Amino acid sequence: MTAPTYDLGTLHGGLRLDPHKTESTAARLQQMPVPAQLVLPLTQHVGEPAQPLVGAGDVVLKGQPIAAAGTALGAPVHAPTSGRVLAIEPWPVSRRHGDPAPAIVIESDGLDQAMPIIPGALSYQEYSPEALRAHILDGGIVGLGGAVFPTAQKLAQAVSGPLDMLILNGVECEPYISCDDMLMREHADRVVSGARILLHAIDVERCFIAVESDKPEALLAMAEALGRAADERLILKQVPTIYPSGGEDQLVQLVTNREVPTGGLPSDVGCVVQNVGTAAAVDDWVSRQEPLISRVTTITGPGIAQPMNVEVRIGTRVADLAAFAGGYTDQAAQLIIGGAMTGKSMSTDEVPIVKASNCILLLPAPPPQGPELPCIRCGDCASVCPVRLLPQQLHWYYAADDEAQLREHGLLDCIECGCCDLVCPSAIPLTASFRRAKGRIRELEDEKARAARARRRFENRQQRLATEREERNAELRRQKDNAKRAGPDAIAEIMQRKQRTTDDRKDDLDDDPNDNRDPKP
Amino acid sequence: MKFERREAPYIRPANSVSLVMLQVLVALVPAVAAHVWFFGAGILYNIVVAVIFCAGAEALVMRARGRAPAEALADGSAIVAAVLLAFALPSLTPWWVTATGAVFAMVVAKHLYGGLGYNLFNPAMAGYVVILIAFPADMALWVAPRMGDLDYQHLNALQTLWFTLSGELPSAMSFDTVSRATPLDLMKTGLAGMQTAAEIRAEPLMGDFGGRGWEWIGNFIAIGGIGLMLRKVIRWHIPVGVGIGLLVPATIMYMIDAGSHASPGFHLFSGATLLCAFFIATDPVSAATSTTGRLIYGIGIGLLIYAIRRFGAYADGVAFAVLTMNMLVPLIDRYTRPPIVGHGPEQPG
Ligand code: SF4
Ligand code: SF4
Repeated sequence: MTAPTYDLGTLHGGLRLDPHKTESTAARLQQMPVPAQLVLPLTQHVGEPAQPLVGAGDVVLKGQPIAAAGTALGAPVHAPTSGRVLAIEPWPVSRRHGDPAPAIVIESDGLDQAMPIIPGALSYQEYSPEALRAHILDGGIVGLGGAVFPTAQKLAQAVSGPLDMLILNGVECEPYISCDDMLMREHADRVVSGARILLHAIDVERCFIAVESDKPEALLAMAEALGRAADERLILKQVPTIYPSGGEDQLVQLVTNREVPTGGLPSDVGCVVQNVGTAAAVDDWVSRQEPLISRVTTITGPGIAQPMNVEVRIGTRVADLAAFAGGYTDQAAQLIIGGAMTGKSMSTDEVPIVKASNCILLLPAPPPQGPELPCIRCGDCASVCPVRLLPQQLHWYYAADDEAQLREHGLLDCIECGCCDLVCPSAIPLTASFRRAKGRIRELEDEKARAARARRRFENRQQRLATEREERNAELRRQKDNAKRAGPDAIAEIMQRKQRTTDDRKDDLDDDPNDNRDPKP
Repeated sequence: MKFERREAPYIRPANSVSLVMLQVLVALVPAVAAHVWFFGAGILYNIVVAVIFCAGAEALVMRARGRAPAEALADGSAIVAAVLLAFALPSLTPWWVTATGAVFAMVVAKHLYGGLGYNLFNPAMAGYVVILIAFPADMALWVAPRMGDLDYQHLNALQTLWFTLSGELPSAMSFDTVSRATPLDLMKTGLAGMQTAAEIRAEPLMGDFGGRGWEWIGNFIAIGGIGLMLRKVIRWHIPVGVGIGLLVPATIMYMIDAGSHASPGFHLFSGATLLCAFFIATDPVSAATSTTGRLIYGIGIGLLIYAIRRFGAYADGVAFAVLTMNMLVPLIDRYTRPPIVGHGPEQPG
């Protein structure tokens, strides 16, 4: 294990981008009223879809679980308000860029009636760390920075390693996004309280709260909240404003000077990173029994009339949120959920706000661009790559479709930050190629794994069949011997039985192709 | 409402190849102006000839490759190569000499290798070497710098133009009366003729560091080059590398035996050293790509320049030094890969 070091590290490369934050931070945090209709996609986390617990026509209360965590990396979904379930049907979702996926559609009854508070609930100190993590899972809490990894599972994974610190990520390095900034300014106490709960859940004694240097108001608010909490385990750290300092591995490197090993997790070097919004959500759930049914979202960009930060119910359609923010301007041509560097581009504003939706960005149509030229080997891309890759080489091997060299040159370490794209004078869409190449390699790997599984199953089956055949033959031989002693009638009977078993075996072989296909990767 | 889907990142680069090339050209303007001041309008004619033939050759090759000529011409790299080639030539150069170099640079050095981005060799230097080998006599025709106290015959702009077009001097002049050895030539032949470096440096053609006039042009090249560095069009590694590679051996030899070795300052301000350091060796396509690699590449060029000047058959060695190092670039790149973050220090570099 790495010896604990607490000095600030530095980031290789990175870019100073035009921040575009003041547009959305000029006004205070707004509250959006509950819209008439809410759409809750069943997949709002990295794992398998959640299992619906309600059906069309059911009446639900605010905070009621309406879908249960599917698999190990799942998270439950709660009703954001009271009302009636209209349907469970495919709806455009942001995860699929506006293509449909199953979702629970709720019609609000306008009462916003919450589930009754359970009296005598435990305070977080009364839980064991393990029980507290399980409890956090029930709140439907996932990473709110955009990665939506279920928080409880991330914590559980982390404690199995040499964990010695929690890092709260208050670094919003992408242009335009300011929801964490606004949350820290206005709800610093919730963030601090959430941090203490998280510390208890992982049983470590150190928490760094990292905030970028360009957020003086948030830094001040956090410092004051920390003063009120008077908990010396929590330390505020100011990190330089440079993109992508908010990337998980980059933040670990900045705050602790530890390099997350390739293919590894921050917990390999003793850290677990949680977004400040996640900490606030943990506090809401553990301290006040409010599950994750709302979040702070930035809606901004030249395409929206009144850029702002809004506390909005999960399930609110982007169209409704945009109307609340004064509607679109005539510049609105691209709808991006997430930031201008790594966000996802949507085909429609019917998509609902989900747990991952930190920013709704409306951009004008991109300016016409010169043609893509050959790489001139200027090396600018390499000098800004935070992972110290050589994007020009990767692009070369991408064009040559050379998987071995792509791996050798660290393609799988690429964090798809987009820095290389932004400096390339030849206008080569580097990041998009790397995304595709990574997808292709992952597919190949899945395929290989599938093939290996299928082969193993096939071999097992062959083995089983052979043993069975052996046994049957032995049995037949034994019976034949008996029959020889018993006479012709018995022999006829045995011959019949043998015919039957051969037919059975044929059936078995007929199934085989089916057996080779694995329904689920 | 429907929106158009695109791929991240949604911010577009502000930089472009043509912008880079434009900045390089602008950075060369002061040096060209100084060149005109000291050596007459010849360089302008050379530039015009080189640009016409580089652009023309590139257009023809693109057509032959079945692509639109504008595609390649728009990036401006052919023009930069043309200007650098012209800069390396004597101000009195007949047009067919310049044209030969220009066509070779574009057709063979650039497009036979696949065009922009794929060329192994620096096109301008490849073109220059071909001229040097094919027309050695023409490459010796340097006029004396126009300084008040140097009484050499000077050609006016029209006479220079006539020479560029026909290769003939006005009837009243002869090559002996207009052309002078370059400072590097003087140094080389002088040292070979058992003169001391100090005696050679006392010649009227010599200035404070290098040749008179020459060193001024050098200053303006450096100003343009530093401007490019400040604008981050080029980085410091290659120019500094060239400086180290050339000046370290020059200083050592000068300290050991100042009588038979030119001073480091002389090396720095003579010939094409500064042009090479800031404009030629920094051509990204034919240079190494990582920062360490570029330092090594620059040092290699500097060392080779010194070695050729000192021991080679030619007075200057910039073109050969650059082309030699061009060949080593794949090797340098291979061994100077930066360690990927998260792969630990024990990983190969
Ligand atoms: S997108 Fe990948 S290759 Fe490009 S700068 Fe980011 S990490 Fe490096
Ligand atoms: S920035 Fe673009 S042109 Fe420059 S080396 Fe990278 S890929 Fe090539």
